[in-house]
Amino acid sequence: MNGSGLLVSELALVFRRRRTWAMLAALGAVPVLVAVAVRLTSGPPSGRGPAFLDRVAGNGLFVAIVGMFLCIPLFLPLTISVVSGDTIAGEAGLGTLRYLLIAPVSRARLLLVKYLGAVAFCLAAALVVAVVGIGIGLALFPAGPVALLSGDTLSLGQSYLRIALMAVYVAVSLCGLAAIGLFISTLTDVPVGAMAATAVLSVAAQILGQLPQLDWLHPWLFTHHWFGFADLLREPILWTSLGQNALLQAGYVLVFGALAYGRLGTKDILS
Amino acid sequence: MSVAPGGAGLAIETSRLSKSFGARRAVNNLDLAVPHGSVFGFLGPNGSGKTTTIRMLLGLATPTSGSITVLGRPMPAAGRDVLPRVGALVEGPAFYPFLCGRANLLRLDAANPRANAADRRRRVDRALDTVGLGKAAGLAVRAYSLGMKQRLGIANALATDHELLILDEPTNGLDPQGTREVRHLIASLAGAGTTVFISSHLLSEIEQVCTHAAVMSNGNRVAQGTLADLRAAGSATVVIDTPDDGGALAVLSRLGLVPGGNAAGGDSGGAGTGGKLLGGEAAGGGSGVVRALLPDDGPAPEAIVAALVEAGVRVRGFALERPSLEDRFVALTGEGFDIER
Repeated sequence: MNGSGLLVSELALVFRRRRTWAMLAALGAVPVLVAVAVRLTSGPPSGRGPAFLDRVAGNGLFVAIVGMFLCIPLFLPLTISVVSGDTIAGEAGLGTLRYLLIAPVSRARLLLVKYLGAVAFCLAAALVVAVVGIGIGLALFPAGPVALLSGDTLSLGQSYLRIALMAVYVAVSLCGLAAIGLFISTLTDVPVGAMAATAVLSVAAQILGQLPQLDWLHPWLFTHHWFGFADLLREPILWTSLGQNALLQAGYVLVFGALAYGRLGTKDILS
Repeated sequence: MSVAPGGAGLAIETSRLSKSFGARRAVNNLDLAVPHGSVFGFLGPNGSGKTTTIRMLLGLATPTSGSITVLGRPMPAAGRDVLPRVGALVEGPAFYPFLCGRANLLRLDAANPRANAADRRRRVDRALDTVGLGKAAGLAVRAYSLGMKQRLGIANALATDHELLILDEPTNGLDPQGTREVRHLIASLAGAGTTVFISSHLLSEIEQVCTHAAVMSNGNRVAQGTLADLRAAGSATVVIDTPDDGGALAVLSRLGLVPGGNAAGGDSGGAGTGGKLLGGEAAGGGSGVVRALLPDDGPAPEAIVAALVEAGVRVRGFALERPSLEDRFVALTGEGFDIER
C-alpha cells in the first residue's frame, strides 16, 4: 500500500541533514574556485593543470567538466563515503535501527532503501558539480558550441545534454563505492569508522590502479573507469566503455549488497 | 505460583529461552507466560537480562536456544505479521536529533508497512498530544530533555493501535508528574484491552499498575505470577513497640516466631501496615521496637498480643507488616549493588 513511504522518508532524511548540504556546498565550491582562478589569471594557457582547464577561458561550459575531473578522485568519494558509511552504522549509533526493525522494516528492505538514499546522494553530488560549473562558467566566460576530442562540435543544447550525461556517468561510477560503504556500515555501530574505512578504500583502489605491476587487477577495481567520462566527449559516444563501467559497478553492488545482507540479516541488534 | 501454561490466552510465551554472549549467559532457560489483557511487570535489577529478553521477543536478537510465541505466532519467524501488532520502547528512546519530534514519528510510522499513510499525520499528532508533547512537536529532538524523549518514545508506540505494548523502563528519566501520567496511560490502555508488558527496576512504579509480574535475577526467572501471589509469598513480620524488649523477645520465641524479622520491611516507607510504629523509638524510656518473622502456620496476631500482655510485657503498639513487593524483590534478587555476571 505504501511501500514507497520509507524511501520518501529516507530521501527526506538524507537531504534534510545540514551535513548533506554542507558537503554539496563544498562540492559546488570546486567549479567556482576553478572558474574564479582562471578568470583572475586570464593569461595564455600554460598547458599544465587538469584536463580541459585550458579550454575554460574560451568556453564556460568546460568549468563543469573540469570540476568533475577535480572532484572524482577525492572530493566525491569522500562525500559518498560519509553518506554510505553512515547508512546502517548511523542508525545503529543513534539507536534508531532497532526502532526501524521493529516498526517493522525487513532487513533486506532497509538495506535497499538505505542504499537507494546513498545513490540519490551520488547523483545529487555529481549534478551539483555540473550545474554549479555551468552556472559559474556562463557567468564568467563566453559559452558556445563544445569542441569534442574527436574534432566534431556540439551545439549548445547538445552540450548541456552531454554534461548531464557525464554527471550521470560519474554518479554510476560511484555506485560501487556506495555499496562497499553500505557493507562496511553493517559491520560497526560507529558511523565515523565506517566512513573512514570506505574513504580509505577509495584512495587505496586508486593507488593500486597506478601500479603497473598490478595490470591484471586494474579492470576489476571500482575506480578503474572513474575518469572514463571523457569518452562522452567523442562523437559518436564510446558506449562500450560506459557499458563496461556500468557492468563493473553492478558487480560491486551485487557482491557488496549480498555481503551487507549476509551481515545485517543475521546480526543481533544490540545497539 | 506460575500462570497456567498453554498457548491460549497468552500474549507472550517463552519456553526455555536462553541467550549467550560468548561465555556469558544473559538469559537462562526463561519461561514466561504473559496473559492477554494483563499488565505484566518484568522486574529485575540492572543487568539481569530484561532488555536482552525484550530484544529477543521483538526479533532484534536471535535466541541461542528456546522458543518464543508472541500474539500466538512464533518469533522471530513471524515478525512480519507480529511486529505491526506490537508497540515497543526498547532500551530507552532513540531518535534522529536533527529532526523534530513529529518528523521522527512520521519516519518510524512510514517504516511500518501496515500503518495507513492517509491518516499518518493525524495519528502522529494525536499520539503527541496524548503524551503532552503537542507543543514541542516541532522542536528538533536534540533540544529535548531525557523525559521529553521518553515521552516521544511512548508516543511512537501509541501512533498505531497495538494489541501488545512492550515498554522497557518507560518511566526512566520522567519527573514525578510524567511518571504518574505514564501510569494513567498504561491503566487506560489496559482498560481498553491492550496487553502491556513493562520492564522496570523501580518496583514502586510498577506495583501500582501491574496485574502480573515476573522477577529476573542474573538471567534467571526467580518468580512469576499474579501480583497477589507474589506478595503473599513472603511471610508477615510482627512489629511490637515496647519498653520491655527482652520479655517480648522471650514470648515471641516461645510462640515459634523468629526474632529479627524481615529487616528490609523497616525502610520500605509505609508500604507495610505498621509504618507509624517506628515513631516509638523517639519516645525514650527504654522503648524499643521488636520484630519477629511470623511463620505461615504461626499463631494468630491477637493470640500473640494476649500472650505478651499475660507475660507482663507492656505493649505500646503492635502491627503486622506484610512485605511490599519491593521487599520481595530485594529478597529474590539480593541487595548487592554490583552487577552480577
